[in-house]
Amino acid sequence: MLAPAAIFMTVFFAWPAVQALLIAFQTTQGTFTLANFQSMFHDTDFLRSLGNTLILLALIIPIETSIALGMAVLAQSRLRGRSVFLYIWSIPLAVSDLAAGLVWLSVFTSHGYLNSILQDLHLIQHPIGFLDYNNLSSVVAAVVIAEVWRSISLVMVIIMSGIQAIPSELGEAAEILGASAWHRFWRVTLPLLKPTLQVALILRTIAAFQVFAVVLALAGSALPVLAVKSESWVAEYRNFQLGATYAVMILVLSSLSTVVYLGLLRTPREVFQR
Amino acid sequence: MTRKGLLVAQAALVSAVLLVVGACGGTPTPSGGGGATSSPQADVGNVEFLSSQAQPVNEAEGMRRQVLTAFNGKVDFNSSLTGAQMVSKIQADHQAGKSTIDVVGDLHGDLVAMQNAGGLTDLTPLMQRLGKDRKFNSTLVNYGKLGTDKQYYIPWIQATYMMVVNKKALQYLPKGVDVNNMTYDQLIQWGENMQKGTGEKKIGLPDAPGTRGGLINRFIQGYLYPSYTGGEVTGFKSKEAVEMWSSMRRLWAVTSAQSTNYSMMQDPLQSGEVWVAWDHQARLIDALKNSPDQFQAVPAPVGPKGLGFMSVVVGLAIPQGAPNVKGAEALIDYLTKPDTQKKTTGVVGFFPALTNVTVTGGDAPPGVGAEAVAAAKQVSNKKALPALLPVGLGAKDSEFSLAYVDSFTRIILHNEDTQSVLNDEAKSLQSLLNTAKVPCWPPDPVSTGTCQIK
Repeated sequence: MLAPAAIFMTVFFAWPAVQALLIAFQTTQGTFTLANFQSMFHDTDFLRSLGNTLILLALIIPIETSIALGMAVLAQSRLRGRSVFLYIWSIPLAVSDLAAGLVWLSVFTSHGYLNSILQDLHLIQHPIGFLDYNNLSSVVAAVVIAEVWRSISLVMVIIMSGIQAIPSELGEAAEILGASAWHRFWRVTLPLLKPTLQVALILRTIAAFQVFAVVLALAGSALPVLAVKSESWVAEYRNFQLGATYAVMILVLSSLSTVVYLGLLRTPREVFQR
Repeated sequence: MTRKGLLVAQAALVSAVLLVVGACGGTPTPSGGGGATSSPQADVGNVEFLSSQAQPVNEAEGMRRQVLTAFNGKVDFNSSLTGAQMVSKIQADHQAGKSTIDVVGDLHGDLVAMQNAGGLTDLTPLMQRLGKDRKFNSTLVNYGKLGTDKQYYIPWIQATYMMVVNKKALQYLPKGVDVNNMTYDQLIQWGENMQKGTGEKKIGLPDAPGTRGGLINRFIQGYLYPSYTGGEVTGFKSKEAVEMWSSMRRLWAVTSAQSTNYSMMQDPLQSGEVWVAWDHQARLIDALKNSPDQFQAVPAPVGPKGLGFMSVVVGLAIPQGAPNVKGAEALIDYLTKPDTQKKTTGVVGFFPALTNVTVTGGDAPPGVGAEAVAAAKQVSNKKALPALLPVGLGAKDSEFSLAYVDSFTRIILHNEDTQSVLNDEAKSLQSLLNTAKVPCWPPDPVSTGTCQIK
């Protein structure tokens, strides 16, 4: 039963991944070398792209996870119209990265919706350059908003499935014992959600290391990031070695973050055995 | 003909290329239809057509729905690869001894690289046949021989880069300046005036990154460098180059800071974000097409050494081992018929390769006429300094451009010391030239060996 999936994964994921890994350590003639890493470290935008990727990650992950947690709790509550929220919040799931980037570009560009509204309200006289290359903090903010909007529903769905798996008796018992809604969330729901949060954080962090189309659409060359550099070296400059080396860099960082999450959010086995 | 001979010939002929464009634009004449073989022909089957041009979705669809529909066969038109990617593919196919492509439509410099690898077939008999009933631009036909006595590609379309301005900007033009013949200093002054008048930086340059990004590399290589140093390569780190970058800093100071996000300048022109923009004519055409009363095409500015500009020549070739040679020849025949040339011009915004197809006058494709007039002014400027796209670098063309784009990023965006950056980037550039063993190409003086940066 698993054979088709195993074959598919081997041919289309594992084999190309191994190939990319090998290419990063090879010259164009196929001999072993570490020169590609040296070239990457000396690349004009390497440090900037690494720094920008980490800044985006440090902002996107906590903001997105906190909001998604709130949304999941709200969608699971007994409030009227919660299913409507759920459907509306799920819309970005169907929007591609690039389309999301372009939507937000039409909002933030100097003659975009945001500037038009601010000018119509006479709050500003001239358009604000939210996406100006020399206004890095607002470029980063625009990318963070677009990325959070685009992928928050995915994190919300994962967290919601975790909340649904928590036996309702635990919350009810806490309520009978006099725990407030906040205490029930903090003392019952959140600790039992740790394994789910771990999965959500790992998946979202790996995706954040690969942030690509939204950055390209909104920031262009103003905000180089690792994934854009990797694509650019392969597709634009035909330097597969350097492209693969950037990809290996993303792989190493993603793996390290996974190890950190596994360590930080480790759930003792006995919690489940009680 | 040797490599050196080829380049001498190119140096002599390059200015003539766009003179023909100018001639096309100067005299409105009736439609250039007919003339070609028009008798019904048998279906030639499936033809795989790989093109580095017509990459935007609307252009690719225009090729499929407007240009290729009347062909007596089924054309699989693919414009998803860049020129550099196409060179790699044709070289790889040739090494493997099997091609899946019937026709390639690519830039002159890329076709040189394909032929250097022995990847193209001799099209001399086809050229002789086609030459009987249509008037090809003889300069372009000579280009297609790649310095040999054989024809390796048939000229398809040609283009250049220029500026398009919103007529609202004209009120801020410095006094006494001719918009059709201005210097870079005057352009900077114009930008300053617009900034004072509107509170916004209204000049735009295409600096978005990526394979679908902007063409600022061509602005630096083919416009700024020749205009300030007289060449593209040899004066890369010269005193004149340092002055050029100093002017670029002043120009950038009045250029929209969102230029790092612009890939096709027709978009910010149409949205009103910028009023004056430089780009490839095909990336400006929508502004002229959609609002002909609002926009005007004008030549690029002039620098201390002249008006540096680039001409783009695109040819059609058949790779070695093409599966459907008969179909490929029929497609090239079809694409170079006057009627098809005119339709192609309208779809991709390039100029035709035939001299008897006019692109101005009442029946000209929208926008193209205005661009032809600007191109003619650019070519006929007394200080015109025509430059070629990199010749013979093939798949390395993009890395060649990287040295210019990196210099721009470091000097202009990151404010690093100009001379140190140029010395640094010159090393990468020289190493690339040494690996590819290419001699200098116009407007740099022709070299006997590998092109050397002074």
